[in-house]
Amino acid sequence: MSTQIPLTIKETQEALKAKKFSAVELVDLYLAQIKKFNSEYNIFLTVTDELAYKKAKQIDKILSDKDTKVLSEKALFGVSTAYKDIFLTKDVRTTAGSKILESYIPPYSATSVLKLENAGAIPLGKLNCDAFAHGSSGENSDFGPTKNPWNKEFTPGGSSSGSGSVLSANMSLISTGTDTCGSIRLPANYNSVVSLKPTYGAVSRYGVIAMASSLDTVGPLGRCVDDVETVFKVIKGKDGFDGTVTNHISPFTDHKFKVGVPKEFFIGGLSPEIQNNIDQVINVYKNENVEFVEVSLPSTKYGISVYYIIQPAEVSSNLGRFDGVRYGNGRDNFGEEAKRRIMLGSYVLSSGYYDAYYEKAMKVRTIIKTEIDSVFEKVDAIIAPVAPTPPFKLGEKVDDPVSMYLTDIFAATANLTGIPSIAIPSGFTQQNLPLGFQLMGPRFGEETLFKLGKIYETAVEYKPKTAL
Amino acid sequence: MISKYIPIIGLEVHIEPNTKSKMFCGCPQDHFGKKPNSQTCPICLGLPGALPIANEEAINKTLKLGLALDSEISKVSNFYRKHYFYPDLPKSFQTSQKDSPFCVGGELMGKKINHIHLEEDAGKLVHQTIDGQKASLVDFNRSGCALIELVTEPVFHSVDEVIIFLKELQLIARYIDISSADMEKGTMRLEANVSLQKLQTEKKSKIQQLPNYKVELKNINSFKFLEKAINAEILRQSTALNNGEKLVQETRGYDEKTKTTFSQRTKADSHDYRYFIEPDLPPVYSTEYLVHSTKIELPQEKRERFAKQYKLPKDYIEILVADLDRANYYEKACKLNNNYKTIADLMVNKKMDLEYPEPAGLVRKIVELTKKDYASNEETEFAVNLAIKNNPDVVVSYKNGKGQVVGFLIGQVQKTLKGKGNPKFISQSLIKKLND
Repeated sequence: MSTQIPLTIKETQEALKAKKFSAVELVDLYLAQIKKFNSEYNIFLTVTDELAYKKAKQIDKILSDKDTKVLSEKALFGVSTAYKDIFLTKDVRTTAGSKILESYIPPYSATSVLKLENAGAIPLGKLNCDAFAHGSSGENSDFGPTKNPWNKEFTPGGSSSGSGSVLSANMSLISTGTDTCGSIRLPANYNSVVSLKPTYGAVSRYGVIAMASSLDTVGPLGRCVDDVETVFKVIKGKDGFDGTVTNHISPFTDHKFKVGVPKEFFIGGLSPEIQNNIDQVINVYKNENVEFVEVSLPSTKYGISVYYIIQPAEVSSNLGRFDGVRYGNGRDNFGEEAKRRIMLGSYVLSSGYYDAYYEKAMKVRTIIKTEIDSVFEKVDAIIAPVAPTPPFKLGEKVDDPVSMYLTDIFAATANLTGIPSIAIPSGFTQQNLPLGFQLMGPRFGEETLFKLGKIYETAVEYKPKTAL
Repeated sequence: MISKYIPIIGLEVHIEPNTKSKMFCGCPQDHFGKKPNSQTCPICLGLPGALPIANEEAINKTLKLGLALDSEISKVSNFYRKHYFYPDLPKSFQTSQKDSPFCVGGELMGKKINHIHLEEDAGKLVHQTIDGQKASLVDFNRSGCALIELVTEPVFHSVDEVIIFLKELQLIARYIDISSADMEKGTMRLEANVSLQKLQTEKKSKIQQLPNYKVELKNINSFKFLEKAINAEILRQSTALNNGEKLVQETRGYDEKTKTTFSQRTKADSHDYRYFIEPDLPPVYSTEYLVHSTKIELPQEKRERFAKQYKLPKDYIEILVADLDRANYYEKACKLNNNYKTIADLMVNKKMDLEYPEPAGLVRKIVELTKKDYASNEETEFAVNLAIKNNPDVVVSYKNGKGQVVGFLIGQVQKTLKGKGNPKFISQSLIKKLND
């Protein structure tokens, strides 16, 4: 059955218009796939089949009315979607992957959820993730880890573990995730799908359970750059509920692209397969008339240290509301990772330690921002691996939090500086595990990243693939 | 005994601005007497995923107070998260300010102000017995309401100074229309930090250090209560110091029954608030706000103007200026009738402005009253004739062209009429008769 499901938005919408199947039949297909594989891979925490059918019927009505005006206003008509379970969905349980919110039914929906559904998306359900988005492997979910559809023994990356796997498992057409330090890009990369970590302030965070407020971003995952671009354009922009959002866009001008290769990102420690893969990607681009120059970001080596001060500080603040008075479950339901971050964060903010840790980290963050800004005066984008290694085995790093934290090494720069980053699949390892790279652009420079992403896809004749 | 010490008092005043909506959401700011939890939303309930948007009206009102008190307005201001756990604080932090508050410094009645900042209020705990069981309930209507906090330097040395300062501050808040500043409704709330300093002989005139402790008096809901609490605390501290006891930093409340203060919290369990800049709110640039502000006459300016313009006695001015509505009423009436003193008299002593909601009504009443009191035309003519008869030489002067003597004759007429003559009618009648 699954082979019948189109893999891109364009194919799906063309098939719906051509009446190859109805939206309801499409939902049947996805739900069948979910039913078949979800218990094995633990991707969905909640399946909203009733909501999906209700929405699908509306879409079918619009299609049968041949109301082209309504259709043209709905960029995502018939596009099945699933949300990381950190996006609030009115009247639908939202757990953030934590037992604390095991039975929490929010009274309102996130802005991005509303925007997607107003654009015609069909909600299939809520996706597994590390509890409160703390993690890089999905193993911190209180509802059990998600397994990588490409190989069950491996992690699908985290914290948006379900958001990556739902696409490689062909259980949805698109998905949403949050990226505080690679949490969209890593699962996209480990599942061989495309994703965008947008500019901080491009997409409203309203209704998305906060992890670290100055670093959190909301973004889409899809199977090609086109799809990710389409979804980004639907969810971005001011909503009047997130004071950090602006409608700024850096206008894109067509010219010969110049991409920076930060020398600090390529000094040892990289898995040879990743290094080779990046070299191949650079060669593909060079053949497409894209120029590569070495750039230097000397302070990015402090990125992880800075991140692991600022992030726990904000986590300790944001999680304080789960004090056992409201939401049903008490504080003893916090997992080990959340407790670790609350302790770390409270410590770095304490009087007597604030100056040495939090304040200093904020200063270094400013320096990293300045370095990034000056590099983008010279280049259109920066290339980097998404992670230092291909997918690792479930359980491999679970007892070694520091090694797990180092997975974030290439992710931190974009979050600390607020710049956008697109993660693009670029083949597989010898073990048939996904490989990929990321391109970072200047703040609000998403257009450039989409353009560069498409140059690569066209050059390698990229075809979306699913594992199941 | 008590004279050996001088009180050092600093004030923290909370003023709830009269904005339309709360500090960070669209719920109504006015929560007085509303059904519990009827004015809440995801933002002021601190639900997961909710984010704040700063209320521009509240920022404007804070800046207005700062301008009225000659504070320096910060060019860039930030909100901070102030962390502590309490059931009425749903986010586990209060969004407040720390470094770079909206207004820095300032002065009122010669008393230095440390700063004025803007923050959100917490909810309210209500302790009840339900089905025979004691229960604490939370009403979140006040949660997230805008709250302006003014902090003075420790510059007060007597209760009188404190009360005069606070009453003037209350009046200013009403004049510039930022708050009803009503103690009963809780739109103005007071805290005082009290400590005692040993008086030093003049020879040791080097700068005295502030005492190494301060006692915070909390939960004060009237000026009278504050006065009693401070006095009780000064007495307690001076007695303790005289007994050689060491005083500690603590928070104390005042018990009306025993007329003494009691300890609520000592420094040992004080909070580490773990402040940091609220990442969900961008910095506020005051230049974007100040362009709209226009100068408003402050109470002291009005007092001075009333003295000059209406020549009223001080106590009259004080009563009229103490209520902006009455002051405005008075001025409207003065535009219609120039018996400034009479108008003030009727308002201050007879409260006639309460009878006549419109100043025009009061003025009509004044005209009516003065008319009624006039002597009758017959009486007046009799008095006029008497004046002419008794002052033949003055009449001669008049006939010789000395017109100004009429004033003297009018005075004579009024004397006969005991001041009840209608001036207009007297002069008409006099001139007619003199010219005959």
